[in-house]
Amino acid sequence: MKVTFKIWRQDNPNVKGGFKSYDVEGLTEDMSFLEALDHLNEQLVLKDEKVIAYEYDCREGICGQCGVFINGRAHGPHPNMTTCQLHMRSFEDGETITVEPWRAKAFPIIKDLVVDRSAFDRIIEAGAYISSKTGTAPEANAIPIPKEIADKAMDAAACIGCGACVASCKNSSAMLFTSAKINHLNSLPQGKAESSNRLKQMTYQMDIEGFGNCTNTGACEVECPEGISIKNIAEMNANWMRTKLFG
Amino acid sequence: MRLNPKIPEGDLEKKWSNYQLKSQLINPANKKKLSVIVVGSGLSGAGAASTLAELGYDIKCFCYQDSARRAHSVAAQGGINAAKNYQHDGDSVYRMFYDTLKGGDFRSREANTYRLAELSAPLIDHFVQQGVPFAREYGGTLVNRSFGGVQVQRTFYARGQTGQQLLLAAYSQLYKMIKAKKVQMFPRSEMLDLVVIDGKAKGIIVRNLVSGQLERYAADAVVLATGGYSRVFRLSTLAIGCNGSAIWKAHKKGAFFAAPSFTQIHPTALPQSSEAQSKLTLMSESLRNDGRIWVPKQKDDKRKANEIPEDERDYYLERRYPSFGNLAPRDIASRAAKERIDAGYGVGRLKNAVYLDFKHAIEKFGLTTIQDRYGNLFNMYKKITGIDAYTTPMLISPAAHFSMGGLWVDYELMTTIPGLYAVGECNFSDHGANRLGANSLLQASVDGYFILPNTINNYLANEIKADHPTIDHPEFEKTEKEAQAHIDKILSINGTKTVDHFHRELGKIMWHECAMSRTKEGLKKAISNIEALKEEFWRDVKVTGDQYEMNTELEKAYRLADFIELGLLMCTDALQREESCGAHFREEYQTDEGEALRVDDEFSFVSAWEYDNGKFNLHKEQLKFEFVKPTVRSYK
Repeated sequence: MKVTFKIWRQDNPNVKGGFKSYDVEGLTEDMSFLEALDHLNEQLVLKDEKVIAYEYDCREGICGQCGVFINGRAHGPHPNMTTCQLHMRSFEDGETITVEPWRAKAFPIIKDLVVDRSAFDRIIEAGAYISSKTGTAPEANAIPIPKEIADKAMDAAACIGCGACVASCKNSSAMLFTSAKINHLNSLPQGKAESSNRLKQMTYQMDIEGFGNCTNTGACEVECPEGISIKNIAEMNANWMRTKLFG
Repeated sequence: MRLNPKIPEGDLEKKWSNYQLKSQLINPANKKKLSVIVVGSGLSGAGAASTLAELGYDIKCFCYQDSARRAHSVAAQGGINAAKNYQHDGDSVYRMFYDTLKGGDFRSREANTYRLAELSAPLIDHFVQQGVPFAREYGGTLVNRSFGGVQVQRTFYARGQTGQQLLLAAYSQLYKMIKAKKVQMFPRSEMLDLVVIDGKAKGIIVRNLVSGQLERYAADAVVLATGGYSRVFRLSTLAIGCNGSAIWKAHKKGAFFAAPSFTQIHPTALPQSSEAQSKLTLMSESLRNDGRIWVPKQKDDKRKANEIPEDERDYYLERRYPSFGNLAPRDIASRAAKERIDAGYGVGRLKNAVYLDFKHAIEKFGLTTIQDRYGNLFNMYKKITGIDAYTTPMLISPAAHFSMGGLWVDYELMTTIPGLYAVGECNFSDHGANRLGANSLLQASVDGYFILPNTINNYLANEIKADHPTIDHPEFEKTEKEAQAHIDKILSINGTKTVDHFHRELGKIMWHECAMSRTKEGLKKAISNIEALKEEFWRDVKVTGDQYEMNTELEKAYRLADFIELGLLMCTDALQREESCGAHFREEYQTDEGEALRVDDEFSFVSAWEYDNGKFNLHKEQLKFEFVKPTVRSYK
């Protein structure tokens, strides 16, 4: 199998980047997309060129470190999938594949396809935790949590923090990410005590970081590898209004 | 040097409380003056960093990823064990201790293993309080399932994403303490070497992976929480960035390395499909609760799985191990698969796999129940292979997975370098020669949350009055220069072969000679082949780009340089241990039925290796079994 990769190259944030094309041969349909890039990088080394920087770690769709725009879509042509789970059988022989980094003001480029997503960490830092110290927990079954509630919390908690929601959103909004984390913790009895403060602090931080707002187009939930529902945003907004009105 | 494991006196169930009663305390005002470096931000690292920060110590935490949330604890799927006995099925701390000790084929310490089981129940309380959405019954109580090597249900889980949920809880707590200004976090930072001053660990040299600059950090103690090293096989279930460099550098600075060759080969990963493959994705062991493993009875059967009638299928685990069946422990299930594949019964395009079939489970429990239990795993399988496992059996194959071996630590989790601790997978403590499923999240968590915060004080209490180290000390200067020289050397070679080429070669040697089945001849050959590979690497590797930029090739190169040396030690260790135990299977030592044959008279010890200028000297920590009599480990 043979393809042409058209890849965004940019040495560092201070220089102008641009696309560069690479013809790559010797690929197979079983190879993952990232393995095809690995293959290209090996060729580049042998040609005495600098390798392309792109991110990955677990390569099984759970760590959230990989993530690029492929032919205009976050994580490639399939919905609800990470870049590392994408395989070359999803492309035609001879196809030109355009690869870009996430584009969002809050995710500045570091190099080539690598962006800085530390804004997500700072949103977590603002309040995505339950303030109880190690060693202070009551018996685990002391507070029953009905299955429906535990399942709903788990649906929201599944977020892998890849940033595809931001990258697919025309407003570069982080509301799917933020609402999922808020709803995970706020729906559990252990998280209730700090729920309104958590909501305020995390949404405030989201605005400071320069993410946009949600206009309900739903692109995020299509690209989200965990299929996290946009209903989380509606719930967060409703609770935000409630907090504003009633404290 | 005589190894002192510092096992506390007293009955098994009193040891940990006796230890805590006698260990030194530090008052809150003094804790503020003490600093600790934590390398790694996974479950053990983030747990240790946040808990030590809550206690009042000044913490610096480092990880190579872009965020602490990426650490590979995230990928553990199936669950975490705890002796809660919620299922009323006869479980207890003692039973869990015994299962773990037996699962490890009696090659771990009784006291450590008992403590692991003892602390498991409060750990579940802890994670529930942190907001981990464990699976629940309709009435609201916690659900359990079974894992390999065990006949009770003691595994707690959050769908097939238990590791992710536990890690995210630890990551949240870490960020809580970052907000409180008690932890400074350094992502995209990789430890290149350990700084030892007057025999004590006092700091690290780090490479900033964005700027490429080397940086120095000093502290009163250093904790390594850097995970497993099975990427030495190249193809493994680990994340691509997982490496053994931090512990290897510590080893070269004087920390003994225990049981390096004890590597778990996981029976249910996706099979390799090509030479270019970078990773073998794990399919959780929990699938073996309901899935049945089989191969055709006929060699080289060309029919599709669903066309092979029931009486022509060999459910070989159920046949060989009737009492545990498909839930035989991992080492045994992997070897049984290898035996069938090597005998020519393998399936799949490359004949390197066996079937994991859910047909019977779906007939019995219905599609919805199976979807509810394993939905995300089936989705993952479909994304990677394009195959629907609800209608066609999964193809699975053994893959390198967990490192039972690691830095030798005493009961306090301290290495042989005073002030240097190792927690989680990077130490050798609780699992012996084979780890039971769902015990790794457990060990990482109790090490970080419960054990280290109660043992490190015993060392730090004596450091309050000592000179607090600064980065101007000549040892920092010297160690940084050595790290710089190492990088300069790699960049100057400019040979003809890529880093990945060498890694593939190393992986092949290790997989063939030092994985599921080992022989004296094979290991000797492997050692000489790795030595040749090492020589070739340092003569002919090619790395482009330079140090002062984000350079993923350079990162791969220095990690591989350490893997090559670690591979040598692993083979040396496997060669020295002339017995079979757990995952360490020497073909020369097996029963008539092909099971592992332990040689307790000669090998009932932990091998602890000392680095001596390119050579490895063996020290033995004799294992004393005061409370349990080692028996033949049978799952028949």
